[in-house]
Amino acid sequence: MMETITQPWPWYTAGIIIGLIVPALLILGNKHFGISANLRHACAACLPSNIPFFKYDWKKESWNFFFVGGILVGGIISTLYLGSGDDVIVHPDLAKELASYGITDFSGMVTKQLFSFESLFTVRGLVMMIGGGFLVGFGARYAGGCTSGHAIMGLSDLQWPSLIATICFMIGGFIMANFILPFILHL
Amino acid sequence: MENKTNQHTNPTDFEVRSLDTMCVNESELKHPWYYNLKYSLVGIIFGIVFIKAEIISWFRIQEMFRLQSFHMYGVIGTAVVVGAISVFLIKKFKVKTIHGEEITFTDKKFNKGQILGGLTFGLGWALTGACPGPLFAQVGSGALVVLVVILSATAGTWVYGKFRDQLPH
Repeated sequence: MMETITQPWPWYTAGIIIGLIVPALLILGNKHFGISANLRHACAACLPSNIPFFKYDWKKESWNFFFVGGILVGGIISTLYLGSGDDVIVHPDLAKELASYGITDFSGMVTKQLFSFESLFTVRGLVMMIGGGFLVGFGARYAGGCTSGHAIMGLSDLQWPSLIATICFMIGGFIMANFILPFILHL
Repeated sequence: MENKTNQHTNPTDFEVRSLDTMCVNESELKHPWYYNLKYSLVGIIFGIVFIKAEIISWFRIQEMFRLQSFHMYGVIGTAVVVGAISVFLIKKFKVKTIHGEEITFTDKKFNKGQILGGLTFGLGWALTGACPGPLFAQVGSGALVVLVVILSATAGTWVYGKFRDQLPH
């Protein structure tokens, strides 16, 4: 039993549980699954700067802060008590490609050779963390949602604008991973 | 589905909010703050799945965009099927919340943001290897540097809000 839990879970287990979050939030309080809105609420709470987009009563959306707080705690619990401690298994082609950029540490799900405080002061780390984060936050709000709000909640509710957004997420990701990221990883 | 507009919300605000996955039909009930802890519990389960199914792994995201692995497609595909069946059943049987309130849905309106913002988001997603949810789980997994990524994403959101009127929608 414990063996099954500590090994990586298959896609169908994860997919079913994530799918059930949609009705869980709806039934618990008519809440629509969405995470990037938190970043907007954070702006509204901390730095509204008289910008109309951030002038609303963010306290009414505070359930969402509790939700992401839970995600963080879940991450801690899972890492401390439910992990196997093994390296992440990486597709041989990807491992070979990454090795050519000097990335060989697969001990964590977030590779320390790219994401660490030391690499924050390298051009590569700066582009990936600061640049990547900025694009995620800007793009999610511009699109009106992220993977949760559009790809999961929006598609579950058969919203065609969400389908367009999801397709564009994928196109953007394909372009970055295959055509731009190789140059950035060379930095 | 009919939408019940909130009397306290003016029409323009409603418009803006419905575009942004915010809860447009906020509860009329006044609950103490700890009622929100039930959402934390759902979040904890979500966070555990994120880590255990390696959805927060930068490698899994790279494999997805390089078509080297089915894993992420399987996760998102299954989640959508389960979510869609659930939404269908909730609508069909007019299921109410545990507090007896109506469950409501808002149709999303198309605008150019879903294309332009979607592409921008995708570029960022492949860089960080994480969309907003996994970022929080990554911090939980001990990668504290990801707090910087979250901060930068918040800055990106702020800049969008600042220049919203100048951007094509």
